[in-house]
This record gives sequence, C-alpha cells and structure tokens, in this order.
Amino acid sequence: MSYKVLIVDDSKLARMAIAKILAALRPDWTRIEAANPEEAVARFEENGADIALLDFNMPGRDGLALALELHDLKPEMPLALISANTQREIMTRTRQIGAAFLPKPLSQECLAEFLSSAEQQLRTSV
Amino acid sequence: MALAAALELDEIERDALTELANIGVSRAAGNLRDMVGHQVLLSVPAVAVMTRDHAATLLAERASGGLVAVHQAFAGDFSGRVLLIFPESNSLELVRAVAGGDLPLEDIVDLEQEALAETGNIVLNGCLATIANVLQRTLKVSLPEVIRGSGPDFLELAGASEEEDVVLFLYINFSVNERDIRGYIAMLMDLSSLKSMRKVLQDFIERTIGQIPPVADVVP
Repeated sequence: MSYKVLIVDDSKLARMAIAKILAALRPDWTRIEAANPEEAVARFEENGADIALLDFNMPGRDGLALALELHDLKPEMPLALISANTQREIMTRTRQIGAAFLPKPLSQECLAEFLSSAEQQLRTSV
Repeated sequence: MALAAALELDEIERDALTELANIGVSRAAGNLRDMVGHQVLLSVPAVAVMTRDHAATLLAERASGGLVAVHQAFAGDFSGRVLLIFPESNSLELVRAVAGGDLPLEDIVDLEQEALAETGNIVLNGCLATIANVLQRTLKVSLPEVIRGSGPDFLELAGASEEEDVVLFLYINFSVNERDIRGYIAMLMDLSSLKSMRKVLQDFIERTIGQIPPVADVVP
C-alpha cells in the first residue's frame, strides 16, 4: 500500500533530509512538502495526506499546534514530531495527542520504526 | 564590503547553518530546562552576515539596562564565540531558579558568579557539542567567563583585528516558562572562520541530502 506523507519543516535542508530517508525506506510513497503550518494545512486540504512528519520549532505556530489542527482534521492520521528539543513538556504533550516523537537529526532507524507502526495503525483503522 | 558579499552564504548554506543552530540550541534548552525546572521556550534562529557595529546594535536593542553574558570561545575547523546573554535584572532570578527557591538573598548573591558560569557552561557546551557532533568535527571550548556590560563590550572580546569588521551573527531568543527569565544565545564568527565554516557546511549538506530524491511530488 502506497501512502501520501506530509513533511513540514521551515528548513529546506531538513525537508530534503527527511525526503531522502523516506525515499530510501518507501520509494513508491508520495511526498508532500510544506515550509510552515499554514502552508501545511493548505497542502493537506488540497491533496490530503495519510501520515504527517512535523518539525517542532517553526515561525508562527509550532509543530504541536499544527499536530493538534491536523488531528482535528483527520483523527486517524499517524503523526510524528521531529525535533532536537527533548524537553519533557514537549514530549509529554506529543504523547498526549497520540503523536510519536522522533529525535533530530532524524535517523533511518527511527523513521523506519515510526513508518511501520503508522502502517499498522492505518491498516487497523480501515 | 566586496569581501563580505563574496562570503555571503547561499540559500542552502544559510538554511543548513540555521538548522544546525536550531538543533544545537534545542538540545541545550533541554539542559537548561532540567536546571531551572520549567519549560524553556525558543524562537526560530536568525542568521546574518553583518558588520560588527550592526551586531552590537542588535544586542543593545534587546535590553534597556545592562546585560550579563556567559561567554565561551570555541576553536577547531572554524572558530568563534558563543554567548548566553540576558538582562542584568534577570541574573539573580536565573540563579534562584537554578539553585532552588529557598536560599536567602545573600546566598544567592554569593552564588551568582559561579552559578552563571556553570549554567552557561552546560547550555553553551550542550549547544556546541551537538553542532560539532552533527558536523562530525571536534571543537575545543574554553572555560566559561561571566562578563557584564552592553552589546558592544561583548563583541570586542574577540582578539580579532579591528579591520575584521564583518561577522557572522546568529541569535535565538529564549524565555523560561512561569519565571521572569529571558535572554538569548548568540554565536559570532569572523570572516576567516566563515570561509572554513562554508567547507564544513558543504560536507554536512552533502551528507544530509546526498542525491536529491528524483520525484518532485508536491513541493512548495
């Protein structure tokens, strides 16, 4: 099953890094990129998405606020926050909204583990 | 300014440097959070090549009274300084947050210098160590030094010659939740370091993105 992944990060390099790992792990999946939360919501509304990978520290709203909005729009969508900011408040809030926390810089192992659990989640939610 | 123009970072280099700073400071914020017991909020980093005067003006603009900074120099493939800066009026509040709330004021004052140096050491080392690890380079970091004054005073510490008037200036605002503590982390590099930094950044960019994935999909 091929899925559409929404990648949101204000850093183009970070988006490219995520895209590179994602392409290595799931070459036939579709990537949708956005540089900020507003653009992310617009892209999501235009194209839809099955899974979202979100940076935390972005101008304007942070990745957690975006995760909440996406969760409201599509509650069954697996979400992951990608950040080097491992403060417990952020990790706790991430868990509370049912999202995964992946440390930055992102490793292939971490993303692979998240994608497998996301696939599992999507299969069971159908 | 021709030299500065030639050394102006391109879009992806600037992006890489901003992202590196973001990763470094985000990790360091975790250290500071553990020390003060409250969440530390961060801004998105700003990076620019500018004159030393302009950088000093930016520093001075951000606080009306005097400033305190913990300063550390770093050296390796590229060299520079990092500073943890906050208004002098926040200094005791920070020490109180780090040392615990029940100490009498006189003890807090006694502890101030040492607590500031140690806080700066943990935060700035956390930031630099993360950046060095991501870049796969070794950076030597000096002992922390607490300095007081205004923006321009901090920028004159360098030992860089007067004619090296253009610097790479990077800063991030931070504040501590539920405490009256705010400040910023600044990093400064002179031109010669910026040249070597570009090489290191290029390696990092290549390692990070390698071959750009062939299918464009939907991109901004």
